[in-house]
Amino acid sequence: MKRAGFTNVWLPIALLLPQLSIIAIFFYWPAGWALQSSFYLQDPFGFGSTFVGFENYTDLTRNREYLRIAGFTVVFCGLVTFFSLALALLLAVKADKVIRGAKTYRTLLMWVYAIAPPVAGFMGIMFFDQRNGPITEFFQVLGWDFKLGVNYFDTATAMIMVSVWKQIPVNFIFFLSGLQSIPRAVREAAMIDNRSAAGRFWGVTFPLLAPTAFFLLIINITYALFDTFGIIDTLMKGEPGNNPMTLVYKVYLDGFRGNDLGGSSAQSVILMILVLALTVFQFRLIERRIHYT
Amino acid sequence: MAQVSLSNIRKVYPNGFEAVQPSDIQINDGEFVVLVGPSGCGKSTLLRMIAGLEDISDGELRIGDRVVNDVDPADRDIAMVFQNYALYPHMTVEKNMGYGIKNRGASKEEIARKVAEAAGMLNLTEYLTRRPSQLSGGQRQRVAMGRAIVRDPALFLFDEPLSNLDAKLRNQMRIEIKALQRRLGTTAVYVTHDQVEAMTMADRIIVLNGGRIEQIGTPSQIYHNPASTFVASFMGAPPMNLLEGRFDNGTVMINGGTALMPSPLQRSGPITVGIRPEDVLLEPTGPLPFQVDIVEELGAHRLLHGRLEDQNFTVHVDKETHVSPGALRIALKQDALRLFDVKTGQSL
Repeated sequence: MKRAGFTNVWLPIALLLPQLSIIAIFFYWPAGWALQSSFYLQDPFGFGSTFVGFENYTDLTRNREYLRIAGFTVVFCGLVTFFSLALALLLAVKADKVIRGAKTYRTLLMWVYAIAPPVAGFMGIMFFDQRNGPITEFFQVLGWDFKLGVNYFDTATAMIMVSVWKQIPVNFIFFLSGLQSIPRAVREAAMIDNRSAAGRFWGVTFPLLAPTAFFLLIINITYALFDTFGIIDTLMKGEPGNNPMTLVYKVYLDGFRGNDLGGSSAQSVILMILVLALTVFQFRLIERRIHYT
Repeated sequence: MAQVSLSNIRKVYPNGFEAVQPSDIQINDGEFVVLVGPSGCGKSTLLRMIAGLEDISDGELRIGDRVVNDVDPADRDIAMVFQNYALYPHMTVEKNMGYGIKNRGASKEEIARKVAEAAGMLNLTEYLTRRPSQLSGGQRQRVAMGRAIVRDPALFLFDEPLSNLDAKLRNQMRIEIKALQRRLGTTAVYVTHDQVEAMTMADRIIVLNGGRIEQIGTPSQIYHNPASTFVASFMGAPPMNLLEGRFDNGTVMINGGTALMPSPLQRSGPITVGIRPEDVLLEPTGPLPFQVDIVEELGAHRLLHGRLEDQNFTVHVDKETHVSPGALRIALKQDALRLFDVKTGQSL
């Protein structure tokens, strides 16, 4: 096959330039700046800064609140990822079986996808409202005196529920298309080979969905880590106090409310390393193992 | 081992389309039955109803002594081979073949023994640890066969299993499947649109057209005594010549005025006359004029395409007979004529 090539060196560079400059200006430059300022202690009023080496990092390892938030972030990520994947899979499997009105049903399930995270958070506030939120009332019927923004556990519950609810449509779309790409004959062969529907699901359908599921796993961890910021911010109503928060929210809080730019930068550098590790994990381990054809 | 009986089986889709008209079929124990017909004739629907993958709208289906209309596909004691193999892509060949009996509670030793046995039969032993994606089309087809054999079912169902293979492999697999079925003695229903497959593999052929059974019979019956003009033109390559003709004073004439033979039937009026291309002899003093337009060279034999009294006509001659386009005289072998009703197409 003949390979088409550029004869002029400058043309490909010119074509790539817009994309490269966007990445450089909006990603590499701030990232470099964050890396640099993580080694400094800034004056809260912006009059100067002092080089402190790794002190911002070592402070974090000794900061009990930071470690507690890191712990909560792990639990939060785990629960949000698990429930949004599990519920989306359940809905997709059921939607895949719907024959009549399938399109309407699927569209209704996807709608939530279009809602922005702060709006989702705001809807969460209404649902979990202390006086007339339907979910709060429901919990009270069950004997649970639910207090959003006051009780640590209750606020965490609301955050997780809203975050899960917001993420289900994305997962649903991917799972549904994954299900529909399984050849019909393979499912039929399984119907003849295995009487139990649950056995067929775990033995044939689920393994064939694994590539989709692993891709979504990474997407969902990233979502729970970073994109839930708007939901957390809205649910907390800007009053962090003793409320639960994730590491990303803590970066914002220390940097912009606490004016500790150095410490905040150090935290974001740690998050960058985390994302890098996730990405390497995805490409090295998972992409290689899960594909069958 | 089992006989299969379909009584008044019918399939109507929710939109009102009748895919299979009420049909009766008796399949004997150990028999190899081929369902053949053009696309959309209902042959696959019929097979899928037997498998339980499609609901039966009306009628009664028995496998062995059991009515299985409402029995789950997994409980019908059948095994099916699909057109695109339908192997489980995430399982090795060994797991693919063992999946069915594993779910039926077979012990590890039993699974290993049966898989090894089937793999030996199909020359798959060295591929047992591979995934389907690492196999060629013919090997995948063998694995699909192996999966069916390991199950040791009462009935094999084949849904156009060879249509994804190239011509050479298809001929080879045709013989292998037939030989295997003979050896195992398992009843088999095989769907194809390829009349050569139908003729070569079947104990009995069922010809379907438009959701209706046109004819049930042995390959020889189907070929020599087609029940209708549809069967006559569908089975055989090239198909039977169908000429417009009429009865006249106890003689079969073709339009144009040439008399073919005295008729034993007492009737008069228009008629369709069927003549197989190989039932024609080239004779310089023959009674019929034949205008050859094209000679088709096929190596082992030749086909002469042309016109008989201005109607399309094909003659089959052996490789020793050299013919060039032009006018010839031909004669018919004894018992060469098949007569069909003009309106219904049915054999008379």
